[in-house]
Amino acid sequence: MNEGLIIDIIIGISIASVPLIFASIGELLVERSGVLNLGVEGMMIVGALAGFVVQFHSGNAFLALLAAILAGMAIASIFAFLTQILLTNHVATGLSLTLFGLGIAAFVGRGYSEVRIELISAIHIPFLSDLPIVGPLLFGYNPLVYLAIFMVFLVWWFLFKTKQGLILRAIGDNHDAAHAIGHNVVRYRVLAILFGGAMAGIGGAFLSLVQVPIWGEDMTAGRGWIALGLVVFSSWQPFKVILGALIFGGITILQLHAQGFDIRISAQYLSMLPYLATIAILVSLRMGDKSKTNRTMPNCLGRIFHSTT
Amino acid sequence: MSNRKLTSILKFSLLSAILAFTSSVFADPTKAAFVYVGPIGDMGWTYQHHQGVEYVKSHMGDDVEITYVESVPEGADAERVIENLARDNDIVFTTSFGYMNPTVKVAKRYPDVKFEHATGYMLADNVSVYSARFYENRHVIGKIAGRMTESNIVGYIASYPIPEVIRGINSAFLAARSVNPDVQFKIIWAYTWFDPGKEADAANALIAQGADVLMQHTDSTAIMTIAEEKGIYAFGQASDMSAFGPNAHLTSIIDIWGPYYLKRIIAARYGTWESTDTFGGAEEGMLVLSSLSDKLPADVKEEAEKTFDDLVNGNVDPFTGPINKQDGSPWLAEGETPPMFPDVITMDFYVEGIDSKYPD
Repeated sequence: MNEGLIIDIIIGISIASVPLIFASIGELLVERSGVLNLGVEGMMIVGALAGFVVQFHSGNAFLALLAAILAGMAIASIFAFLTQILLTNHVATGLSLTLFGLGIAAFVGRGYSEVRIELISAIHIPFLSDLPIVGPLLFGYNPLVYLAIFMVFLVWWFLFKTKQGLILRAIGDNHDAAHAIGHNVVRYRVLAILFGGAMAGIGGAFLSLVQVPIWGEDMTAGRGWIALGLVVFSSWQPFKVILGALIFGGITILQLHAQGFDIRISAQYLSMLPYLATIAILVSLRMGDKSKTNRTMPNCLGRIFHSTT
Repeated sequence: MSNRKLTSILKFSLLSAILAFTSSVFADPTKAAFVYVGPIGDMGWTYQHHQGVEYVKSHMGDDVEITYVESVPEGADAERVIENLARDNDIVFTTSFGYMNPTVKVAKRYPDVKFEHATGYMLADNVSVYSARFYENRHVIGKIAGRMTESNIVGYIASYPIPEVIRGINSAFLAARSVNPDVQFKIIWAYTWFDPGKEADAANALIAQGADVLMQHTDSTAIMTIAEEKGIYAFGQASDMSAFGPNAHLTSIIDIWGPYYLKRIIAARYGTWESTDTFGGAEEGMLVLSSLSDKLPADVKEEAEKTFDDLVNGNVDPFTGPINKQDGSPWLAEGETPPMFPDVITMDFYVEGIDSKYPD
């Protein structure tokens, strides 16, 4: 193995992980507010299509990302309206959001599978990016990779270092109490859901703007579900989202490389590993320190808030 | 008065005669249904089947009514979809290997409906199977790959270890070796037919490991776009993918299903349909190559064209001995070609010279 190959592997892992980081960190904030949105896959695919379409017509990556964010928020706002205003069941609404998102993206995306776009390229900082080893490993990624890490930091900062973050966590843990002392539960939750939609939108757009320059129906291929698993994996702690995404991305990429080197581990088992890891972590969360788990899991997760006063 | 009555009776009988005549000539349209494994827009396998459907429509017009369902997973759901379509169609085409068992199951419950299953091998009175000898075109692109690689590493992104895919790998490898004794294949199994992200990851992994020519047996155009980004060569699968990698694209294997579909639907319409086992190739016009890239040196291009012509004329079999299996045991003697069944149809081994371990 030479260092070029190792750098390629690390860049490959980062590309496989970043869509998961975006989608998970958005969903983490949503769940911290006590809302369970299973529509991540649907919001991602809509973001992937919106980003692709705008990039194709305008060639402007900034506009494309903006479109992906807005599209993710638009479809998330349906979920917000249904669950927060009409008080529908979170699980059922989230599942239909995924089905709706996949369907409408397939419908609107007709015709776009016959074209390709220019990929958003990695940054290149003169001198810094040219340094051996350190250059490509620290300064050679796509700008969205840095944005993903920044968003994780931002969510952590918001949740644990701001007053609004504290209120949001309080709402997630006990919406009745938060309401009783005068906080607007619905407003916080709607804003959190919209943020989740924006992040899922970027996560999806990463697939069609950075990973491959094409649009394909169902191109998210279950990544939204993995992102949901990662939120549990992280036990609702922002920085653990990065760890989880790197494990998932790492196994995906390493099993492909292992096949190329004919390392004799059955590829099916390797493909299973990320999912087995999630189950193992879920089990260990349950078996481990119960008081700690209870502290991080929002108590009102998925429960409908109905103000009676 | 009676005269008028007579005319009206005459008019009425004339009208009914015309009606009877027209309804016998312009019978109800034949109802055909298609089950697709991917979206029509995959620009690969499913897209090409749908091109076949368009061909049928353009030839039969109002005489045919076609329904299709896209992106049907090859699991329990497939049976439900096939059964729904069987209820009100005359003939149902299921266009992926994984639909084999559900197709046969549903066919038992609907003995009056005709079924056509692509790439499988289970026949019944009302189930035909059809496929194309895709490995013939891989014989041609194998030769091109063997000539064009400079690193002597050809990357191969495969879907699932089923006979169709194994035949393709063996055929391409033997052809590549015949023109370049140093060439080696790196094979990655993606375990999906369509996941652009994963296919791109696999392509990047192969390129990082030194591959400078990529072949794919998955359906999306992602691999072609990655080859273009990285400045290497690749071959398209199932339909013409040159638009996704103008510099990378050497040629595409193109499946031609239209004439077969037309023939079978017409047979169903006029009651001449019988259960058959079709395995067509270049000779029958079921496979063609898209135009060869002008990046190819003249002699390579000429060789590829000649190889394809030999296939069309039936002069060459990609599996012509002497060939050993991967473990060194003899398969075909000098000049021998394998019987279609079981050797080719159920192929489940690599040929000698391939380094990769055969998938479990």
